Amino acid sequence: MIKKLLKSVREYKTASIIVPVLMAVEAIMEIVIPFLMTFIVGELQAVAEDKTGTREVDINVIIVSAVLMIVCAVIALISGAAGAKLAAKASSGFAHNLREDMYNNLQTFSFANIDNYSTASLITRITTDVTNVQNAYQMAIRMLVRAPILFIASIIMTIVIEPIMALIFGGAAIALGVVVAFCMVKVVPYFRTMFRKYDSLNAVLQENLTAIRVVKSYVREDREILKMKKATGDVYTYSVKAERILTIMMPSVMLVMFIVNIIILTMGSNMYVGNIAGGIQPSELQTLIQYSAQILSGVMMVAMCLNFIALSRGSAERIVQVLEETTTLPKSKEQIKEVKDGSIDFENVEFCYSQKADVAVLKDIDVHIKSGETIGIIGATGSGKSSLVSLIPRLYDPSKGTVKVGGIDVKKYNLDALRNTVAMVLQKNVLFSGTIAENLRWGDETATDEQVREAAVQACADEFIQNLPGKYNYDLGQGGVNVSGGQKQRLCIARALLKHPKVIIFDDSTSAVDTKTDAIIRENLRKYAPETTKIIIAQRVASVQDADRIIVLDEGRINGIGTHEELLANNEIYKDVYESQMKGGEE
Amino acid sequence: MPAMNKSKDYGGDLIKTKRGAKTPMKTLGRLLRYTFMRNKFATICVIIFVCIASVANVTAASRVSVITTELIDHQMNADMDLIMSNIIMMCCIYAAGAISSFAYNLIMMYIAQGTLRKMRDDMFATMQTLPLQYFDTHTHGDLMSLYTNDVDTMRQLLTQTIPQLISSVLTLLAVLAFMLTYSITLLLVACVVLVGIVFATKIIGGRSAKYYLANQKALGALNGYVEEMTEGQKVIKVFCHEPKAREGFKEVNDKLNEAGSKANAYAFLMGPVNNNLGYLQYVLVALVGVIIIVFSGEAGLLSIYCSVMEADATNRLALMAGMLVSYLMYTRQFNMPVQQVSQQFSAIIMALAGAERIFEMIDTTPEDEGGDITLTHGEMAEGVWAWKKPNGDGTFEYIPLKGDIRFNDVVFGYTPEKVILKHISLYAKPGQKIAFVGATGAGKTTITNLINRFYDIQSGAITYDGINIRDIKKSDLRRSLGIVLQDTHLFTGTVMDNIRYGRLDATDEECVNAAKLANADSFITHLPEGYQTMIKGDGANLSQGQRQLLAIARAMVSQCPVLILDEATSSIDTRTEKLIEQGMDKLMEGRTVFVIAHRLSTVRNSQAIMVLEQGEIIERGNHEQLIAQKGKYYQLYTGAFELE
Repeated sequence: MIKKLLKSVREYKTASIIVPVLMAVEAIMEIVIPFLMTFIVGELQAVAEDKTGTREVDINVIIVSAVLMIVCAVIALISGAAGAKLAAKASSGFAHNLREDMYNNLQTFSFANIDNYSTASLITRITTDVTNVQNAYQMAIRMLVRAPILFIASIIMTIVIEPIMALIFGGAAIALGVVVAFCMVKVVPYFRTMFRKYDSLNAVLQENLTAIRVVKSYVREDREILKMKKATGDVYTYSVKAERILTIMMPSVMLVMFIVNIIILTMGSNMYVGNIAGGIQPSELQTLIQYSAQILSGVMMVAMCLNFIALSRGSAERIVQVLEETTTLPKSKEQIKEVKDGSIDFENVEFCYSQKADVAVLKDIDVHIKSGETIGIIGATGSGKSSLVSLIPRLYDPSKGTVKVGGIDVKKYNLDALRNTVAMVLQKNVLFSGTIAENLRWGDETATDEQVREAAVQACADEFIQNLPGKYNYDLGQGGVNVSGGQKQRLCIARALLKHPKVIIFDDSTSAVDTKTDAIIRENLRKYAPETTKIIIAQRVASVQDADRIIVLDEGRINGIGTHEELLANNEIYKDVYESQMKGGEE
Repeated sequence: MPAMNKSKDYGGDLIKTKRGAKTPMKTLGRLLRYTFMRNKFATICVIIFVCIASVANVTAASRVSVITTELIDHQMNADMDLIMSNIIMMCCIYAAGAISSFAYNLIMMYIAQGTLRKMRDDMFATMQTLPLQYFDTHTHGDLMSLYTNDVDTMRQLLTQTIPQLISSVLTLLAVLAFMLTYSITLLLVACVVLVGIVFATKIIGGRSAKYYLANQKALGALNGYVEEMTEGQKVIKVFCHEPKAREGFKEVNDKLNEAGSKANAYAFLMGPVNNNLGYLQYVLVALVGVIIIVFSGEAGLLSIYCSVMEADATNRLALMAGMLVSYLMYTRQFNMPVQQVSQQFSAIIMALAGAERIFEMIDTTPEDEGGDITLTHGEMAEGVWAWKKPNGDGTFEYIPLKGDIRFNDVVFGYTPEKVILKHISLYAKPGQKIAFVGATGAGKTTITNLINRFYDIQSGAITYDGINIRDIKKSDLRRSLGIVLQDTHLFTGTVMDNIRYGRLDATDEECVNAAKLANADSFITHLPEGYQTMIKGDGANLSQGQRQLLAIARAMVSQCPVLILDEATSSIDTRTEKLIEQGMDKLMEGRTVFVIAHRLSTVRNSQAIMVLEQGEIIERGNHEQLIAQKGKYYQLYTGAFELE
């Protein structure tokens, strides 16, 4: 897991390696400086303890030590400052790369992959989780080298003074290791749950934000607040559970070092008084205690790092999950770039959204559509209309059977090439922040203003665009909130038309457009894109009745295919639909 | 439609932001008050335990010196009893120290997590009161970032930094007191460097704070980008727009990297700078001290204690040297807390950046609550809705709710410069069905937005049963209006929950009945778990038409006296629409209804139809009258003119 993460360090590798080195230099200086201090103190102490009062202060010792100290301090400052800058650069850069890698991988997700993650969860992963990992990484490169150096230096000093005491330190280190390991193991599952609760929190928020008008209309603010309280309460519960374990860490570290101190003192004084073994000097005893303090601070620093690392472990897992998610649409070997024509064949297709689901959404679909044909699809809500057409641009792969476009299995195409040929206007369509022109150019980035306008004219969007302030430069707002449902649909159609596709699919894309405009759009299609295969899913019979053939879907199966007249004569469902709409006398 | 300007430029001029370091102390103060005023008792406990822990540390050290002194003084004949009793004392002190440390860590953790939770709740509660304009001008993702990324910045500050800070400040004060009594001269020397440290902290900290704020803003922007783009991820796929999406992401991501890298660089710099200034301080004190000893020999210059004891001239030098040694020790101890604070510094400024953004949101002026006329049900008479109007002298006047809505010369624009509705006057008598038709942008939806006071009109008046709607409590005004919006939104929960959203005390039976009337029952019963099927992601597993049916059922359950149907059936096929027509008629029965629809069949049986064009009512009348008039409506109806 760590390996996978560290791949994203990339160009910041050098910085990441130099930082610990600089930190080591700084740490060494931090050991040397107190050492130099002892010269100054020693000299002064000598004078102070001189009972005769004749010993003068040797100013040279002081000055040399002072100068050396300043030199060391400058070195420490330079390496510290450089380390700070590089550590910041490396950790921010690492986080930057992680986010980029995640987002880039996200772009390779298929529809099935996308269905697996909620937007809220992806947001937490890309921001909060990455920040956690960034903090841990930053701590790791800054502290994890520095602390052991202080630790090792102190241990070495101890060995020089009294090897047995070093053994005690060693034992303490092992005890601490056990405590820390225990905490880490216990805490990770809680953090894991906590992050899931973060996702839920984000989901409540996102939902509230998108539906704020509904909330306000129904005066349900209090209810929303309760929902939020539940979400924040869950985050609280699991954070507390996790952090409670971590609070044990610091005091345990202290406790272990305190015990060490007591043992050193007891043993040391007993050894000294009883004159056992090599015999330890009282002044050395004091030094040992000082080292123990230094070791303590070193270990505390490590513990703090581990605190961050524990938190980030859950995050790291979630990040890796996104990084390792592979598209459910495997790349073919052929990677055919050219789609011959707009013919479409469904051969014994069966489809379900997940392997686990035993209910097939589509069954026994066997249809052959010629290039340039206009096909209408009609059927009750939930009969599988959208699922059927989503197989054409290979948004999903069928569970059984094959789908062919231009006579070739869609799996053999280069995905971009296929989707650039098959334009689809989704049912739940989305416009993005930006101007109308920017949104339309999604279909073709290089389109000239003239071409953009042409597409808009064909989609009957130009007339209302002309009335907007700024016309094609009118800002749509997030999700296209600044235009109405019908206008949104027409813009989405124009966007698809701009692709000049060989196949165009309207998934109930004119539901909010009036019949008249709907008819004009279809007429325009016929006129300007005669070669294009047109597949129209609609609720209104009027939208499909002039199609070459109409497919009637019922509970995932084809109930009937034929022209308007044929179906009217021999298809119950179709007849039913038609009559209900005609009786309504709409238009 | 609202002409809003949601910041499309996700990056903005983040780096150039001038805010940030503006009022950090105020923000910090507010944050601390926010954290500790709610937990006074716990806070006192933390302070006490931190004190105990710090004192324990210091006294334990003094025991060590007692023991070693005893050993040095009496060599092999040292008093083992004295030593052992000191060791036992140390055990106790250590135990007390460890327990206190555990205690304050634990309490502080609870305070911290409680505060983060409270903060999120408070933010959310505040957010619910904000006017729609606020939501129009902020991306969802940016707002979401406040709750996660910005709140998280405070975690470290509260759990680790604050206890550390308390103990550091305590130690600092104690040491400072010692230094003060020892030698004023040397304290002055120490202070020179201290001023340097403060100065450095201010400069570096200020820069860091500025970039941290930029960092949090960039993070919010990134959050916004990911939120919007991921919501439309399927469209991105269909259009092979991935490279563009990546490009856009790279831009916001790079900005975040730049701000974050700078913010951290300055924050990390704090440690080394202050550490080494500490060493400089040590060196200076030592040098000045030695110079006084060697060149001046004037003990008073070094310390007042030395001058008092000057009688013993022979030992003067030794005395002064000894004094300097202990003084140097204090200097070192003085540096320790300064270093510790420096190390925690980034946590402080980071938290401040987050806090500033959060407080900014909390401080946004909420939507006004409207007047003091409230809606009552059953108070005036059994089962009767009535407006309750206080007369100012403790008595109330009840006005029965009828659903009479009048617009009197209403002028409105989302921005003052752009007028959307021009002098609109209209009336809807109780029980009438009023329809609005007209091209997009004519102002149909805007009219409904004004009735429920999503936005306030610029001039003119809207009355509801003769009461100016400004005098009605906003929540009650909205409660009296059942609205089916153009964009249907569903909530996570079961289908049943979603229907019940309209009226929380509706029984299951009432909900099912509403669903039947809305013709949603048939598809609901076909769902895997019927009414208990979970709806997720705004009803992504349902079709647009199904979602609208649920929204209609929701409005049916609400039993509001006035209904607003804004393109409520646009995604429903005409066959289903026919089926629900009966239900709809039942829904509208006895209610005042405002209908916006592009299907003229839906509006034909309205008592009055208003044809809107560019914010003006150009025709009004019932279907027959308008047809007879042979105006715009006639053209629309006969299909001679395009209507959206």
